[in-house]
Amino acid sequence: MEVLQKARKESKKIVLALAGNPNSGKTTVFNALTGARQHVGNWPGVTVEKKEGQFQSGEYTVQVVDLPGTYSLSAYAEDEAVARNYLLFQKPDVVVNIVDATNLERNLYLTVQLLELGANVVVALNMSDELGARQMEINVGELSRLLAVPVVPTVATRNQGMKELVAMALKAAGEKEILPLRLNYGEEMEKELAVLEKEILASPDLAEKYAPRWLAVKVLEGDEFILKELQRHQRLAPLLNRRHEAVKKLEAVWGEDMESLLADRRYGFIGGLAREVVIRRRSAEERLSISDKIDRVVTNRYLGIPIFLLAMWAMFQFTFKLGDPLIGWTEELFEWLGEVLGSLLAALGAGELISSLVGDGIIAGVGAVLVFIPPIFLLFFAISLLEDSGYMARAAYIVDRFMHALGLHGKSFIPLLIGFGCNTPAIMATRTLENKNDRIITILINPLMSCAARLPVYVLFAGAFFGARQGMVIFSLYLLGIVLAILMGVLFKRFLFKGESSHFVLELPPYRMPTLKSTLLHMWERGSAFVRKAGTIIVAVVILVWVLSSLPAGVEYASQESILGRIGSFVAPVFKPAGFGTWEAAAALIFGILAKEVVVGTLGVVYGMGEAGLSSAIAQHWTPLSAYAFMVMTLIYIPCIASIAAIKRETNSWGWMSFAVGYSLVLGWLMAVLVYQVGTLLGLG
Amino acid sequence: MRGHILPLGFLRAGCSAVVRDLHGTKDLRQRLNNLGLLHGTKIDVVKNDAGSPLIISIGEGRLAIARAMALKIMVEEGS
Repeated sequence: MEVLQKARKESKKIVLALAGNPNSGKTTVFNALTGARQHVGNWPGVTVEKKEGQFQSGEYTVQVVDLPGTYSLSAYAEDEAVARNYLLFQKPDVVVNIVDATNLERNLYLTVQLLELGANVVVALNMSDELGARQMEINVGELSRLLAVPVVPTVATRNQGMKELVAMALKAAGEKEILPLRLNYGEEMEKELAVLEKEILASPDLAEKYAPRWLAVKVLEGDEFILKELQRHQRLAPLLNRRHEAVKKLEAVWGEDMESLLADRRYGFIGGLAREVVIRRRSAEERLSISDKIDRVVTNRYLGIPIFLLAMWAMFQFTFKLGDPLIGWTEELFEWLGEVLGSLLAALGAGELISSLVGDGIIAGVGAVLVFIPPIFLLFFAISLLEDSGYMARAAYIVDRFMHALGLHGKSFIPLLIGFGCNTPAIMATRTLENKNDRIITILINPLMSCAARLPVYVLFAGAFFGARQGMVIFSLYLLGIVLAILMGVLFKRFLFKGESSHFVLELPPYRMPTLKSTLLHMWERGSAFVRKAGTIIVAVVILVWVLSSLPAGVEYASQESILGRIGSFVAPVFKPAGFGTWEAAAALIFGILAKEVVVGTLGVVYGMGEAGLSSAIAQHWTPLSAYAFMVMTLIYIPCIASIAAIKRETNSWGWMSFAVGYSLVLGWLMAVLVYQVGTLLGLG
Repeated sequence: MRGHILPLGFLRAGCSAVVRDLHGTKDLRQRLNNLGLLHGTKIDVVKNDAGSPLIISIGEGRLAIARAMALKIMVEEGS
């Protein structure tokens, strides 16, 4: 370890970890420090997001690691375990702990645990500008003295105090000896802790790996991760036996379980500290903040739902009204790109095959997907705005009672909402759900939220057959998706995840005026995930589909004789009961797995029509009923390839991925057949 | 004067209370502890409408809490 640290110093590289509660402004600090130089990935082995960035300060290259936002380091939840293991085993040079100044007591709970762990902490007292409005003041010098670490007041949203924070962190990173905080847990407990600590010091390998005092506290606390580790060593059996007796004795004396006892002591320390450093000039009654006044209206029993619906309506209006012209421009851009590349390739003397691969395959295929970038980014902009302002937490509160119908709770609402834009980032957004069962259910039903990519399919078919009523027809498909999501949610809950779901607990952050910079950055984080997918998996699949349409050699592109056409012909009979048992429809659905809107483009190719003549071609080959059945199929069957990849990544399981593909295919077919057969019986065919 | 001990879910908006006991699983208690709810914590009920989660205030923070959870938090009414 010594050697490693020395090596780091010589190359002037410093690892800085950011720790803090959710809503403490940690992400804003991260963005302010690293700007756009970020890398988003996953922590190894788990599905918790890992963000890293870099910045240069004088001669130092500082690598910033954003730890998951947590309230504690108890290692119960996956994200807490990730943060703790990183601090324990990777030992960053310095840990910047972002503390929400307006909510000091709760935020210091994490700080105390960081200090007990022996981390090299610098506290950023963030949002210190909001203290004035609350008639509060914090004695920064005293806080720093009592915690024995540097404290820097910051306002990350306005870039205030960031220079001082960096300077302080770099200075702290040079410190050699860090003494872990020794919190006084009271006489009885200290006696037991002293004995445990002595035992630990007698095992040099343990004493080296963990701070002995911290380990003693964790052993007494009954930390499952630590106990499991210790159980592996036979010779530590006496230590664990001693713990067992000590816990029994202490719990009997205090009438509380060990964890609560220790948490009580920590909060006791924090409470005392807060009394020393926080000066309040208002009584509790006067402290009804502006946030509370807004909440009286926004979460009002009668006004809450209309306001919520209005916010959702405004969000979709914003997305589609602004997005429609942008879609047109993107389409033109790709058409132009295809032509330019085509003529360029021709000029270079490339064969017809290569030109077709680039033009028909890559440009057309990737273009079809990327066309949806404008509305997706606009939707994410609106969602980020709602999140940053603090409204999203209230929306989750308001819909909580409706979400219970699905056996889920309010927090699942946000991923489902994002699904109307694009299911891929929506599936990633389920990371905020603590309970694994809730998370998998939310992931599985997410593709039923009709995303922006399915709209062009509806527009084509509804436009061709339903004339003035097409708006209603399209709306009915959105509604069908929601109803099926509810039914599936209830079924999965009942048969696949019998256990109790986690209860809804959600922090309601104070309302804040969002800044353009942070809203744009949040939008980019979600949207770029979609773009990255388009850049990798989709290109590969596009090429595969192009190959299937071009082989065997000499066949007309995407004709019935191509492999694609043959597969289409082979699969077509399956869809006969649904009213669209043609090879064209089957081929379109196969292409549609790539991205749902590709269904339209494929039909254009197989009917040999541009998108303009397609409407009349469809009117000839389909009936209103089979068209509706086909739209139902498009809505439900197999999520697109980007979503499938996201499901695999987020559930970390091939099994759930296959299940998502399988159930949606079966459900889609059943619903399409049901629509067609019942419709025929009613004489609508 | 000592008030009655009753589940948090029974308190109306505007009431103040002190947490006296936490029921439920270890996991649940842990989560409540992490959010600052433990023995002796002073809380105010900001909102308690039938059918919705409760909103409570702890110091400067506001928490929305499921009703089922609020029924497992035993509190003593009064400030």
